[in-house]
Amino acid sequence: MPEPAASLVPAATGAKLVCCGVWKLFGDGAADFLAASPSVDAPPAADDEALRRAGLIGAVRAVDLAVRAGEIFVIMGLSGSGKSTLVRCMSRLIQPTSGQILFNGEDLLAASPRRMIEIRRHQMGMVFQHFALLPHLTVLGNVAFPLEVQGVARAERERRAKRMIELTGLAGREAFFPRELSGGQQQRVGIARSLAVEPELWFLDEPFSALDPLIRREMQGEFVRLQSVLQKTIVFITHDFDEAIRLADRVAIMKDGRIEQIGTPEDLVLSPASDYVAAFTRNVTKAKVVRAGTIMTPLNGAAAPSGRTVGAGSRIADVAPLFADSEGVLLVVDAEGRPLGTLRRDAVADLMMQG
Amino acid sequence: MSAPAATAMIGQGARPWTSALTPMRLIWAAALLAFVLLWQFGEPIAEWAFKYPSALRLPLKTWIGGGMDWLVEEAHFGLFSFTELTRFVAAVIDLPYRLALGLLSSGLLSGQGSDAVQILPPLAWVAVIGLVALMGFHAGGWRLALLVATCFGFIAVFGQWHNAMITLASILIAVPLGVAGGLLLGIAAFRWRTVDQALTPLLDLMQTVPVFAYLVPILVLFGFGPTAAVVATIIYAMPPMARITTLALRGVSTEIQDLGRMVGCSGAQMTWRVMVPSARPGLMVGVNQVIMLSLNMVIIASMIGAGGLGFEVLAALRRLDIGAGLEAGLAIVALAIALDRLSQAFSQQVRNHGENDRRPGLFRRHPLVLAAFALVLATALGGLFVGGLQTYPENLKVSTGTFWSELLRWINVNFFDQIEAVKNLLLLNILVPFKRLLLDLPWAGVVALLALAGWTLGGWRLALLVGSLACLIAATGQWDKAMVTVYLCGVSVAIACMLGIPIGILAAEREGLRPTVLAVIDTLQTLPSFVYLMPAVMLFRVGDFTAMIAVVAYAIAPAIRYTIHGLAEVDPRLVEAGTASGCTRLQLLAKIKLKLALPEIMLGINQTIMLALSMLVITALVGTRDLGQEVYVALTKADVGRGLVAGLAVAFIGIIADRLIGAGASRMRARLGLLR
Repeated sequence: MPEPAASLVPAATGAKLVCCGVWKLFGDGAADFLAASPSVDAPPAADDEALRRAGLIGAVRAVDLAVRAGEIFVIMGLSGSGKSTLVRCMSRLIQPTSGQILFNGEDLLAASPRRMIEIRRHQMGMVFQHFALLPHLTVLGNVAFPLEVQGVARAERERRAKRMIELTGLAGREAFFPRELSGGQQQRVGIARSLAVEPELWFLDEPFSALDPLIRREMQGEFVRLQSVLQKTIVFITHDFDEAIRLADRVAIMKDGRIEQIGTPEDLVLSPASDYVAAFTRNVTKAKVVRAGTIMTPLNGAAAPSGRTVGAGSRIADVAPLFADSEGVLLVVDAEGRPLGTLRRDAVADLMMQG
Repeated sequence: MSAPAATAMIGQGARPWTSALTPMRLIWAAALLAFVLLWQFGEPIAEWAFKYPSALRLPLKTWIGGGMDWLVEEAHFGLFSFTELTRFVAAVIDLPYRLALGLLSSGLLSGQGSDAVQILPPLAWVAVIGLVALMGFHAGGWRLALLVATCFGFIAVFGQWHNAMITLASILIAVPLGVAGGLLLGIAAFRWRTVDQALTPLLDLMQTVPVFAYLVPILVLFGFGPTAAVVATIIYAMPPMARITTLALRGVSTEIQDLGRMVGCSGAQMTWRVMVPSARPGLMVGVNQVIMLSLNMVIIASMIGAGGLGFEVLAALRRLDIGAGLEAGLAIVALAIALDRLSQAFSQQVRNHGENDRRPGLFRRHPLVLAAFALVLATALGGLFVGGLQTYPENLKVSTGTFWSELLRWINVNFFDQIEAVKNLLLLNILVPFKRLLLDLPWAGVVALLALAGWTLGGWRLALLVGSLACLIAATGQWDKAMVTVYLCGVSVAIACMLGIPIGILAAEREGLRPTVLAVIDTLQTLPSFVYLMPAVMLFRVGDFTAMIAVVAYAIAPAIRYTIHGLAEVDPRLVEAGTASGCTRLQLLAKIKLKLALPEIMLGINQTIMLALSMLVITALVGTRDLGQEVYVALTKADVGRGLVAGLAVAFIGIIADRLIGAGASRMRARLGLLR
């Protein structure tokens, strides 16, 4: 196959993790197929045909993306879309068939097994859909397990594990076994464990999918709170579009192993790149996603009107009630309080009419 | 399985789905016609098809015998010879065995043979009962404690204590070694594909070759004595552990494996800290299996010098002293029940957070350990003054031997004619004619039909396997003996199924009955196979009929169990659909449940055949004339070649039946859309 098209990757500066032309095909002779196939850049339909003739399954196809430091990058797709395979390629739990994975600029696919162990021990953490807690260890033992594997002395690892347990709100349950905890509590243990090594890059593979809806909501809130404290770089997998736009800084939507669109929740909602993406965004209440800064009228040097102000990052749904007792224009300001533009009642009404 | 049965099965399975004349049916009709013609008129023309030509005979016996001689006398691995290796293994086993034996039975001795002086007495009988009761209490509360104490008390009361402790000592050595060996093999098979590929057929063979067959080489390599017996027990008990280990490790969720790799486990950490602990529930099933199989081996192992309860049973059986044999046999059963329940309780034990706190002091944390030490010390000291504490008092022993002998005599006096009549009726009308029929059939025709069955059910690979295995039986000159085995096995399996499947259906249909039936067959399966032989011999004396009764009793459990399981697994929505379309209870059963449960029931029949084959070899002791007898004779003559060749022939019969039925069941399952 041709060299990964590095130009497709958005400016890699500040990127923690970059995937260039990552493919994962399942089946015999996958590597030969990719090496020989001239159809890599062909439209997906032609590709499907070629793969089917070769008897291969394309789990991840030509994925290019960059995860920026400190952002929550959500990969959203339905089951079978290849999102779980992709996240496992990123940590090399699954060996990609071809492509490049750069972590802090280092090519993971070129890393030796020893180096990979080193990276996973100190720089990566992962939370699993079904928690993956070790049944024979207590909460404390489970959280301390990654440190134990590294050979950290008992007192030290238990001290660090206890801190994580407190952070995730499990204090007092250190001596419980996983079996004795509810699903939500078990996932708190999984989260505490993945954070115990203080990773730079945090993978969460559908962490809340196995929980019932109320607990899921609660855990999402908890997750946002944790992230505001920790400021990790996060790759978050989900099949739930609402969860994706609620949590994400940016979302990648996957279908049949390919990425359909990468963008902020607003990008997706306001300008879906394909019918597939549009199908997801159609039922989203736009006012809950779009921010004031996006639909304001820029000042462009005009004088800022007096009156109430709202932050550029505020969501329209939160801002709308203010129009009830104001004269129809709000001042939009940036984080430092500098005026940026005006938010007009008719623009807000317009957006809210769209659903 | 015999060829006619295979034909019947295929014909029946195909009926509802295919029209009358398919190519496959034509081929079968032609083949059967050719077979009958060959059988009836072929003898003058093609004698080779009836009697395997002696010129073409494979001298496998001699080759194996020669190979064995070479191993013992010449084989050398550079640093050490094969004999030195076996001596090393023997020494490794012998030392802990002596220790366990000293602890439980002989006391710690100084010096050799009859000059030995006892330095320390063995554990007092009261102490042993107390210890097992404490273990029972720890694992399963006072009920279990009471049960195991009763079992051990039973052994003491009936005067089997001394022998039981000898047996227990060898079990205590064989089980950990078998578990460890099986665990390591299973892990290796899990981690390396090549090991798995090499191990699978070997384990298949080890589980189908009758135990007697590999007793012979062990006898030659390790000599007569407890060490050889322990080796044989380990070899017998290890394969299921290896299999279960691999299965249990494969069953660990991929997320757990991902977790292990994500936190950066090394290979060893992955195995021992992640995979093995996560697979623990499955592994404990394997441990229980090893214990039960070791106990099953007790009597057989006594043929090469295990001593203890097994030897007692064997000796009693040989002199037809039913009472004595039954008592020792019941003692084995008591031991089996106690160890089974104990190990199951340990495997089901779950820890809760409350029990995990770290209180200071060993004894405060483990009050039971303290109690155990106190008990041992107290009984040891007390035993110095009160003899009855140390060894169970002679005058309190109870023997029921005379009772059983009397009961037997009474039955024989009063019911001799009736029993004989039933026996003769079955012998003359079913057993003997069936045997004659099988012996009459031309081997070449049977091989061809088997291959055809293999081709129909599983393609040319299966045909090749089945055909060549059957051919090998003929080529090693064992066709006639093999046919006797097939006849005994076939009749027994047929009877076991005729009884077992209806019982299974009944138990599946009546919820109230099910727990009782399951409990009974659970208990039946914990009994060592020899136990079944004794009542049969008591009533029917020696011969094929006795063998058949014992085989049926031993092999019926899977027929019942799989039937219940198969019926219970039927998708309730389908049953609902049947009820909604107005089926009566009987129609539901016949038209829906049984049809869908058939693949599962076939697997039950398969298991029944396997158990029947393993029991058949043991019934050689009551004078059958089949391959089992051949193996048994080889054992008494220490003829490795003869024993192994006959043993392999039994294994081949088992493998042929297993593969044909397995292929049939999976075809049927695919057709019913029940693929797993």
